[in-house]
Amino acid sequence: MTTVLLCLALFTVAAAAVAMAMRNLIHSALLLVASWAGIAAFYLWAGAEFVAFAQLLVYVGAISMVVLFAVLLTRHSRLDFDREPETRGRVRLALFTGGAVCGVLVAAVLGTAPSSVPAAVPSLTVRQLGLALMGPHAASLLAVGVVLTVALLGGVVLAASARHSDPEDAP
Amino acid sequence: MSVGPLQLCLLFSSALFCVGLIGALSRSNTILVLLGIELMLNAANLNFIAFWRFGPNPAAATGVIFVLFSIAVAAAEAAVGLALVIAIYRHQKNVRLQEASQLKG
Repeated sequence: MTTVLLCLALFTVAAAAVAMAMRNLIHSALLLVASWAGIAAFYLWAGAEFVAFAQLLVYVGAISMVVLFAVLLTRHSRLDFDREPETRGRVRLALFTGGAVCGVLVAAVLGTAPSSVPAAVPSLTVRQLGLALMGPHAASLLAVGVVLTVALLGGVVLAASARHSDPEDAP
Repeated sequence: MSVGPLQLCLLFSSALFCVGLIGALSRSNTILVLLGIELMLNAANLNFIAFWRFGPNPAAATGVIFVLFSIAVAAAEAAVGLALVIAIYRHQKNVRLQEASQLKG
């Protein structure tokens, strides 16, 4: 059980780290999709099947497509930078900051006494989840729907706004 | 010291969070910065699921429901962020963060 978790963690973190270090944007995006799939596998391992499939649908299905299209639409030329002398100092600083945050987090996790683990896997059926979502959490579900609608409309307006300003500039 | 499964999950999510943080701080491509932020959000979701699975009260589905809402908000964030990236690209023909120093012009 723990070995499965270790393998999943190693795969996910390695895919994310290589994606962040790569120069080719397409390869980075594809490796990040693999990392998100690893996270979905972790949710399956933990027994949260509904969340795992939501993660697969939203991240591996939808967000990966949006990211790939954004990469393809904004690709300019071969000058995929990032190795200029001015950015080296920033990379070093980022590594230092990330290492410090990682140290603090790991020290906090390891310094806490392990709690007693419940023996049984908590069972949560989709029916229970749906009842909880439509019952006590119905208001937040509506709010999330409104947020999604407004955000997607705003995204369309933002991405299309330059097209509208062009006819006004023309005489 | 024995490391339980809950702590392993927390270490996993800490490592993922730090990878996302380093990526978001060090890269100069806007899309990669956005993806680093998405990784950090995912690491936070991992914590919710870990505490739901190994916490003292797994009967309450609070962790799972919070993760569902968080995934929805992350999807909205990604859509708006990538639309902003495309808008910036249309203005200055590249997506470097250092050169996006003007809001209008």
